[in-house]
Amino acid sequence: MPPKAAPKSKQAQKGKTSRPAGKSGKDGDDMTDMGDTDGDDWMNTKTLVKPDDQLDLNDQELKEEFTRILTANNPHAPQNIVRYSFKERQYKQTSHVDQLAIHFALDGNMLHKESDEAKRQMAKLGIPDSGEVAGSEGGETTPAAGGAPAEGEEGKDEAKEGEQREEAGTPGPGTAAKGEKLTNQFNYSERASQTYNNPYRERGTATEPPPRATFASNVTQWEIADAYHEDFEKQLEAIRAKQVHKAPPTFPHQQHHFQEKSKEKKTIPGRKEEEKTRKKLTITETQGDDISRISKATKIVERMVNQNTYDDIAQDFKYYEDPSDEYRDNEGTMLPLWRFSYEKAKKLAVTSLCWNPMYKDLFAASYGSYDFMKQGSGMILFFSLKNPSFAEYIYETDSGVMCLDVHPEHPYMVAIGFYDGSVGVYNVQKKEPVHRCTAKNGKHTDPVWQVRWQKDDLENNHNFYSVSSDGRIVHWTIIKNELLFEDVITLTLPGAAGEGPDGTKVNTVGCGTAFDFHRKNDYLFLVGTEEGKIHQCSKAYSSQFLDTVDAHNMAVYKVRWNPFHPRIYITCSADWTVKIWEVSSKTTADKSETSSVEAQTKKPLFTFDLNNSVGDVAWAPYSSTVFAAVTADGKMFVYDLNINKYEPLCEQMVAQKKKTKLTHVEFNPKDPIIIVGDDRGNVTSLKISPNLRKMPKEKKGAPPMDPKQKEDNEIAKLDKILSMVREPNEDKK
Amino acid sequence: MAEVEETFKRIQAHKGVIGVIVVNSEGIPIRSTLDNSTTVQYAGLISQLAAKARSTVRDIDPGNDLTFLRIRSKKHEIMVAPENEYLLIVIQNPDAV
Repeated sequence: MPPKAAPKSKQAQKGKTSRPAGKSGKDGDDMTDMGDTDGDDWMNTKTLVKPDDQLDLNDQELKEEFTRILTANNPHAPQNIVRYSFKERQYKQTSHVDQLAIHFALDGNMLHKESDEAKRQMAKLGIPDSGEVAGSEGGETTPAAGGAPAEGEEGKDEAKEGEQREEAGTPGPGTAAKGEKLTNQFNYSERASQTYNNPYRERGTATEPPPRATFASNVTQWEIADAYHEDFEKQLEAIRAKQVHKAPPTFPHQQHHFQEKSKEKKTIPGRKEEEKTRKKLTITETQGDDISRISKATKIVERMVNQNTYDDIAQDFKYYEDPSDEYRDNEGTMLPLWRFSYEKAKKLAVTSLCWNPMYKDLFAASYGSYDFMKQGSGMILFFSLKNPSFAEYIYETDSGVMCLDVHPEHPYMVAIGFYDGSVGVYNVQKKEPVHRCTAKNGKHTDPVWQVRWQKDDLENNHNFYSVSSDGRIVHWTIIKNELLFEDVITLTLPGAAGEGPDGTKVNTVGCGTAFDFHRKNDYLFLVGTEEGKIHQCSKAYSSQFLDTVDAHNMAVYKVRWNPFHPRIYITCSADWTVKIWEVSSKTTADKSETSSVEAQTKKPLFTFDLNNSVGDVAWAPYSSTVFAAVTADGKMFVYDLNINKYEPLCEQMVAQKKKTKLTHVEFNPKDPIIIVGDDRGNVTSLKISPNLRKMPKEKKGAPPMDPKQKEDNEIAKLDKILSMVREPNEDKK
Repeated sequence: MAEVEETFKRIQAHKGVIGVIVVNSEGIPIRSTLDNSTTVQYAGLISQLAAKARSTVRDIDPGNDLTFLRIRSKKHEIMVAPENEYLLIVIQNPDAV
């Protein structure tokens, strides 16, 4: 660049203190520095490079001189520092500002030999430090001293000497060796080597994962309670195992036990509910066949299924009340409900019915044959109203069963009389009969027509009575698993020659067909015979009757005391009649004198003619004036003396087919149900309509009557009726 | 045991009964009169429902327990009786002629 080159040559003469005007201070870096005062010739041949952003200035501006002064001031130092002076209480400018700029600082770590720190260090490193220093000189002695520490003092002395020598020695090598670590150059050697690294190999095995099962559970209040119960039971068992007698049951155990009992009660009717026969269901479970573990559930489900099938009947049983009874005051009806039958019993006749005293829906029916020529096997069936399609308990016997009775206090004990004259006792919980009497053992020689349990005797033995056609009334006692008999009375007939009724030994005996024990006075009982006589007897007198009544012309089929009135009883007979009697109040003392007269003049209070042989008659348990009778033409009659003294309120055909005889009838003690047995093996249940079960209405506002009061009312009701009927001479008694 | 078998057979033969299933505590059917798929379905669903019902009853009163469960639907009725870790399920059509 010629214009540039020209001023440059001028500048070269002026001196180095001023720079060429063409440049600004910073841009000068771009230009190649040719500011040498070398020959102009080679300078001119060079072309100057002009940067793109260089200012274009004219000559005058180019000639302008700028003066620059180099000073020793720090351009970055502040020029006017102001400090607050507490003394003068104002800001004052400091006069002097430090102009020192430090461009580079490096801290060294050299110490003066004489300083404290150095001395300390030397003491630490000790004599070997100086030994190293003088390694060239006295190196031999000190290692020797260090290498033989066993020399002890000698070594120390020599070390001391070394130290002294060292101090006297040149300080130069001493300072140089201070920083080095002391090593014994003869014994110590540091060696390192690279061992061969074994190549890594990866090895793995996969094991079978342990078998897993997902477990999920809920914790609820009752699960905790259950766990506690189980634990408690286990504890109790442990205690029981130790002791002989049982621990008294405490509340939670009793509660649990009660649960079990209430569960059992439904499906196992007829079982004894005593502590000894308590079942343990929970803890020990034997590994039986699966199906037997759900026996109770199957029973329940069977009943449920039956309930569904016979749902309408069940609803009727519970709720149906004949609405037409409101319009017909003096009439009632019987609504047929379930019918119970069993195929194997179809050829047999129902010979006896008995409701279970504990479970009101369970009844027992005995099957046999009344036909003399056709005698076969017999059966005993227990039916429940809850399961009309199948019997709860079934027992087959070889001889026809003519009668049965369920023990009032122990409902699992059943006494049975057979056609072949023997009696038996069954325990419903077992399959086989408990007792069976034999020919040697007091067996009757004729069919047993009725059996009846008595209260346990003084030694708590069970006992029962039986009456049979062989004229004997026998009292059986079960003592220590044996059946012992005792003849109570033999039914004697009055002599053919018209002799006195007693005292004469007669060969012929009457045939007893029915009997009934008084409800309150247990020793008093009535016996009906085939000749149509009714004997009043007492357990205390074994040879005499208290009284005899010529009741019927044909065999007496049933005799029953009134449930409320203590002196009224009813009889039914094959002579088509039903009669109601009152017991005379005469004692046996008068009997011998006037008995013959009595026997002839005694008259029934009521007589009903039913147009056919009456198989059975029964009082209603809820009223003293209601009774039912069944006849051989399949009809059923219900009378209420309170409403109509002469006509039945209900006369209804119960049997399904014609020519079916109805054999027995029983009222349910609790529900308004009657069961009727016929000679085709069917038991029909019927519901009594409201008109037939009228009971005295309680006055509003009066406290509810207790049973005693109710009884008295019933008795009074009956007495009122009777007073109308009694003959004048009887009234005088 | 034979008695229970007999009762079982009577239930099966009863009027209107469609099927009977016995299920154990794990929900596995051990006896059934229905085909396999239906049985498995019933067993699984009903055992859950019965467990829930039982839990409900016992939660309200831990001294109480479920005795049976009846589900009546338009077409039929399902009856469930639990006992001893087993469940007995019976399906019946009550209106069957």
